[in-house]
Amino acid sequence: MENEEIRTGLAEIVEEVAGVAADDVTVEKSFVDDLDIDSLSMVEIAVQAEDKFGVKIPDDELANLKTVGDAVTYIAANA
Amino acid sequence: MSGLLQGKRLVITGVITDASLGFHVAKVAQEQGAQVVLTGFGRMSLVERIAKRLPNPAPVIELDVTNPEHLEALPGKVREHLDGVDGVLHSIAYGPPSTLGADFLDAPWEDVATAVQVSAYSLKSLAVALLPLMSEGGSVVGMDFDARVAWPAYNWMGVSKAALESVTRYLARDLGPRKVRVNLVAAGPVRTMAAKSIPGFTDLDKMWAERAPLGWDPTDPEPVAKSVCVLLSDWLPATTGSMVWVDGGLHAVGM
Repeated sequence: MENEEIRTGLAEIVEEVAGVAADDVTVEKSFVDDLDIDSLSMVEIAVQAEDKFGVKIPDDELANLKTVGDAVTYIAANA
Repeated sequence: MSGLLQGKRLVITGVITDASLGFHVAKVAQEQGAQVVLTGFGRMSLVERIAKRLPNPAPVIELDVTNPEHLEALPGKVREHLDGVDGVLHSIAYGPPSTLGADFLDAPWEDVATAVQVSAYSLKSLAVALLPLMSEGGSVVGMDFDARVAWPAYNWMGVSKAALESVTRYLARDLGPRKVRVNLVAAGPVRTMAAKSIPGFTDLDKMWAERAPLGWDPTDPEPVAKSVCVLLSDWLPATTGSMVWVDGGLHAVGM
């Protein structure tokens, strides 16, 4: 899957879970600092991403995914 | 195959992620033959997604244990899925930020009151709400963290757990005549969402693993889940008002 396709899919999830406009979910953005997403929302985003992309995101790994780009790279490498 | 909980009808609270103790109790219980209904709080879409990851996807009922309307509606909603209830897991606790990992001396009463209401009083609320469905007796199990001593960071949640331990004894007294047992599992630290949200609490992990006679793996929820399932089964039929330690034996040693 292309990275841009993953980013678009992830942005839809972020919009649904956290109410952030999908267009704002760009690779350089930090989930916590830029998009203001709390820890439980991050868990929900991760769970939806697991279902959508067929990837497993362990809790310890989730803590390392600081930016949208980190998440896209992780999903691309592990899906 | 006949399992430990064959034919048992269970209501399990406190599932938020697939690391939740409630999730693992539900999983083991289903593997042992139980029918499970979950309750969820707040993030229903997340709980419903997690419920689909059980061996048998389970229905989810929304339940805020401090909401009288939710409690009143609970038996009817459970009855849509189960024709009675044999066991209940209470795996619910909450304390505002001032009550956990902050200065113990600074927490205002309003925050402490919230912690005690959600974490201890709710055991009574949940048991009473489901009592009409436990006509043949039953087993109510709560999740405890040994509250006889003071722990780092646990603060007013420790006080709430002390209250929970006492509520358990009084419920055991009053529900015994109806053949409903009420017990707690005092677990060692398991890395759930709830545990990780307590600042400084995960520092306990390492000490626990070193000191517990049996050792302790904070990443493995299964020992706790199996022990809860035994309490939900018919195999501790004369046990009520008890705390069962599932902590690798740490409570038994001084150093």
